[in-house]
Amino acid sequence: MLSEPIRYINSATFVLKEANIDTDQIIPARFLTTTGRDALADACFADWRFSDGVEKTGHPLNTVDTSTHAILVAGDNFGCGSSREHAPWALRDFGFQAVITSRAADIFKSNALKNGLVVCEIEEAAHAALLDRPGIDVEIDVETQTVRAGDISARFTLEPFARTCLLEGVDPLGFILGQSDAIAAFEARAR
Amino acid sequence: MAKTLFEKIWDAHQAVAETQAAPGVLYIDLHLIHEVTSPQAFKAIEDRGLTVRRPELTFATLDHATPTTPRAPGAKPIYATKAAESQVRRLEDNCRRHGVRLAGWDSEDRGIVHVIGPELGLTQPGQTIVCGDSHTATHGAFGALAFGIGTTEVGHVLATQCLLQRRPKTMRVTVDGELRAGVSAKDLILAIIAELGAGGASGHVIEYAGSAIEALSMEERMTVCNMSIEAGARAGLIAPDETTLDYLRGRKYAPKGAAFEAARKRWAQLKSDPGALFDAEVRIDGSRVSPMVTWGDSPDMAAPVDAVAPMPSGPESARALAYMGFKPGEALMGETIDTVFIGSCTNARLSDLREAAAVMAGRHVKAGVRMLVVPGSEAVKRAAEAEGLDSIFTTAGAQWREPGCSMCIAMNGDTGKPGERVISTSNRNFAGRQGKGVRTVLASPATAAASAVAGAIADPRRILEASHAQ
Repeated sequence: MLSEPIRYINSATFVLKEANIDTDQIIPARFLTTTGRDALADACFADWRFSDGVEKTGHPLNTVDTSTHAILVAGDNFGCGSSREHAPWALRDFGFQAVITSRAADIFKSNALKNGLVVCEIEEAAHAALLDRPGIDVEIDVETQTVRAGDISARFTLEPFARTCLLEGVDPLGFILGQSDAIAAFEARAR
Repeated sequence: MAKTLFEKIWDAHQAVAETQAAPGVLYIDLHLIHEVTSPQAFKAIEDRGLTVRRPELTFATLDHATPTTPRAPGAKPIYATKAAESQVRRLEDNCRRHGVRLAGWDSEDRGIVHVIGPELGLTQPGQTIVCGDSHTATHGAFGALAFGIGTTEVGHVLATQCLLQRRPKTMRVTVDGELRAGVSAKDLILAIIAELGAGGASGHVIEYAGSAIEALSMEERMTVCNMSIEAGARAGLIAPDETTLDYLRGRKYAPKGAAFEAARKRWAQLKSDPGALFDAEVRIDGSRVSPMVTWGDSPDMAAPVDAVAPMPSGPESARALAYMGFKPGEALMGETIDTVFIGSCTNARLSDLREAAAVMAGRHVKAGVRMLVVPGSEAVKRAAEAEGLDSIFTTAGAQWREPGCSMCIAMNGDTGKPGERVISTSNRNFAGRQGKGVRTVLASPATAAASAVAGAIADPRRILEASHAQ
């Protein structure tokens, strides 16, 4: 089972400056009673965007067009807290294709990369520059692991297998299933 | 070569070694599941025609979306939403179809996943344990490598009993000295998180060591390991010792007789060798830790209960203080609270309820304050009732409820109201975590109980000293 390969993302950025944006902000727990993994766009940052079910006027998340602004630039330690994979599902459904931050939480990063949401952790100076220039056009190159925007250029490092999965559309479960003999041998040894 | 405890467990579970190109295949000994993060995983494997590889290593419970409203024995639970009910039905159905054990509504074992694993003896030293829940590190208290995973990975473990994982870094947090009277394990872990920062242990597995850690009971060790994720850690663990063995002996699924003795010999190896190297080392003086409360909306924003709200160090802390309604430089003690929550996988075990009850006995919840006490499991509830803790709470004016995650994640209908300040023994004070607009103050069971009596943030030592003086 292959998914769509992701090599480049070219888009304008949308900025959320706050540090430590946790997955409860990305999708509040009351939306987690779903048994599906789609139709979560309205749940994405719901408590930032809505008040008593009505859109908060003027909140940039309510005016952003993610068809042109698909790269979220966020503060440090993005995606901390709960392990809910609903967070990357919601961000993808909302239209984001990548998150650029100085540091992403471990479980969030792992979940995001399994759902085609590219997470680029870049050094602080470039990160600060991107935080200060919302709407700037950015190119993310997954192959060379670089983020470029005008005079800003920064490297990020993806876990090599996650990068291969993005570039070639490889499915991790298929990869583990391909090692069934080794797993069975391990089980036999452990008995 | 000298190895850390983590490395010993890690190396023993590599079904396929890590390479430059691919992570290792890590074998999982125990997979815990619950209703919220598993339905999409079961569907994903079924869509591919796969089955659960080792159903006997998988154990399910109902906790996150379940109502905790008091009800008569045998009465049907009333769910907050249809969606919550159908999510529970889905897990019941998935477990039936795949032959997975479920501590369901009819089980005397049901409870919060991280409370029942240890309670039932499912959690054992040296195991690898995963769950689609970030507080899985709780089980690390037994010297197990336990960590939270996403739903896609839940599917991987269901289908293969394995996970693709790169070796994380290691950090040792050594707590020397002795905790002072009135200082609990919750205060200690809040102090550790404040020291490390919310992302300070990212990419690391923490081993907690030192005399103050060794002196903790198993329930206290679980409280410490539970919140490792709030410092960003992948997992937290503590080497097993006699305290661990005493806890495990006789538990439902723990080895018995000769098997226990054999296991005990294996478990004796589970400690970091002298000279083993950690990627990071942090030392904390346990004798300097005070009862702690949080003053912001991130778990690392914590201070001694008798401190003042800090001056903001930047826009984040200024915003957090404003959200909480605390003024920089003013005492945290005396700030009013509306609701008190005693519960969660952090602090809903019998010892936690005893700690809160010791404060509540002979006292009353302040008029206008709502207090929920939610035991961590059916077993905790039975044990608490057997020693009369429930009547201490109800006599004091608190609600004594059915087991579940309740107001920790607030997805079962148990929530605060917008603007309310809640003092809570749970693990996260994120904005809106306990209901939209709710302001959460994290604290120990004793501090939460003392605050319930005062109707405001209070120092439990003052109440306990008064009790002793009588």
